[in-house]
Amino acid sequence: MSTSLIELVDIEKHFGPVIALNGVSVSVNPGECHCLLGDNGAGKSTFIKTMSGVHKPTKGKILIEGKEIAFDSPRDAMTAGIATVYQDLAMIPLMSVTRNFWMGREPQKSFGPFKFFDFAHANEVTMSEMAKMGIHLRSPDQAVGTLSGGERQTVAIARAVHFGAKVLILDEPTSALGVRQTSNVLATIDKVRKNGIGVIFITHNVRHAMAVGDRFTVLNRGKTLGTALKGEIKAEELQDLMAGGQELAQLEGSLGGTI
Amino acid sequence: MADTTQQTAASDTPPAAGAAGPATGSAAGKDERIREMSSMRKALIRPELGAICGTILVFMFFIGIASDSGMFSAEGIVNWGTVSAQFAIIAVGACLLMIAGEFDLSVGSMIGFSGIIIALMSVHLGFPIWFAILTAFALALCIGALNGYLVIKTGLPSFIVTLAFLYILRGLTIFIAIATTRKTIIGGIRDITEGDPIAWVFGGKVFSGLFVWLADLGVVGKFVAGPKAGLPVVEGIPMLMIWAAILIVFGHILLTRTRFGNWIFASGGDAQAARYVGVPVNRVKILMFMFSAFCATIFATCQVMEFGSAAADRGLLKEFEAIISVVIGGALLTGGYGSVIGAALGALIFGVVQQGLFFAGVESSLFRVFLGVILLLAVILNTYIRRMITGER
Repeated sequence: MSTSLIELVDIEKHFGPVIALNGVSVSVNPGECHCLLGDNGAGKSTFIKTMSGVHKPTKGKILIEGKEIAFDSPRDAMTAGIATVYQDLAMIPLMSVTRNFWMGREPQKSFGPFKFFDFAHANEVTMSEMAKMGIHLRSPDQAVGTLSGGERQTVAIARAVHFGAKVLILDEPTSALGVRQTSNVLATIDKVRKNGIGVIFITHNVRHAMAVGDRFTVLNRGKTLGTALKGEIKAEELQDLMAGGQELAQLEGSLGGTI
Repeated sequence: MADTTQQTAASDTPPAAGAAGPATGSAAGKDERIREMSSMRKALIRPELGAICGTILVFMFFIGIASDSGMFSAEGIVNWGTVSAQFAIIAVGACLLMIAGEFDLSVGSMIGFSGIIIALMSVHLGFPIWFAILTAFALALCIGALNGYLVIKTGLPSFIVTLAFLYILRGLTIFIAIATTRKTIIGGIRDITEGDPIAWVFGGKVFSGLFVWLADLGVVGKFVAGPKAGLPVVEGIPMLMIWAAILIVFGHILLTRTRFGNWIFASGGDAQAARYVGVPVNRVKILMFMFSAFCATIFATCQVMEFGSAAADRGLLKEFEAIISVVIGGALLTGGYGSVIGAALGALIFGVVQQGLFFAGVESSLFRVFLGVILLLAVILNTYIRRMITGER
């Protein structure tokens, strides 16, 4: 197999006496969608934050294209090509799509000694990047607040891709969305993957994971329970692993197998 | 499990939809599109709209009731124009700070403080006036930075931190004035500003030649008697107005046309989201606190030069007047949204009404009633506008 874009080996993270992560290993290859599944409290959020440079791991190695690296800040991770799209903190609703898209990396145009935000260029790029993802904006001045949840996720993904992300970490992008919006976000993930970007898709919804995943890793109580390739594992097995097996089986029995 | 087939069926659809390419993409885009917005609705969600309407209404009202009182003569215009310019200067600072998500309640006390510093340094300690002015600006910027630093470091609401400074600065100002001169009003500044290299920048009047010419044409009246007989009633445009214009243009361009402006919106809109994409939120906020203090000091310096004196109680309640102008101008108290042009129009409404009621001979206490009512209307309108933008119901 070719070198992984990012590989995390035996990551442990302790917060005082709490062991949030206790040996998590995940890697992602170019053009692959690696689904990270776990129930609430499994350590998904801590793990994302470790990958994106917010937390430093207590133990374990992070390899970028085979080389070991340590992130001091989210900025370091971004420079290394790791972009994280957080579920709730992706966009500022009162600002226009263009302003959000370029936030923190505004293109500038000089006019004498002064530098101005190059809106003509920024609007054009925003419109075309959004069109590539299948969202046709009426105007780049449209406030992000007028977009649906799925469209907001797509703007955030398009932004990360445009700025050269090699690895895209998506933190439960579909958890708050309706059926159609979810489909759109999953379709976007598929497009991104086809461009050779590695996607780490964090979710607790097995159906969404099965829809786009190439590999699946289940996280439970801060540990990786195992990794399986697409076709090697069935949805219900993933579901069972995520919830820790037995209890869910009993619950499901009482609910008539509807979960 | 009973629903396995259903699951697989559902799970197969999305990639297929994606693989089907642009056709499906656009269809999806169409299906997800937002309701078509009427052009009126679109115009409504400009932050300045309320202020523009308000300005038109206010002018119509006063042209109706006070046009024969001299309110719209050259002299009258300079009168309410100066008052509006005063409001505008502090409103620009308050506006950018509010959009960046913070308040500064110490503006009024800062005005008193800077004025006393200038007067003490020049009259009492005998420094040249330009040095006194520069010292006042330097001190004000430091206090602004301290305000910002404390807000950022403690994570307390800026409302509380700057409220503390409202009292600290006012108290210090009175204390310093009394401890050094045993007075709270320090006069005699006009005598020492003669020939100073920068005093005219704050206290001077420009385009006086234009007004002499206009007076000769009969457009502007002339004094008919007294020591100024033959001179036009309007000496020139006060520098205060020029400062207001410069600050409005600067603030507007900074906010809407630069990278830093985007950072101001982002810092106020959602500081955490902005930090995640690398916006230096802390720096932006501290700089805006400093800018607010800077504007207050411009106000103070112009006032000191105009009156020829400084008083420790100057600038009382100015912080609220600045915030009211900004809110009338369409900015949201919660930050992330607003307009400098709107704030300037808010200041204009403020100035025109305050002076207009005087021209119209209306009881001046009604001004406060008006102020309260218009503030309430502006906030209600703004809340409605925000709901439209963010799609909340």
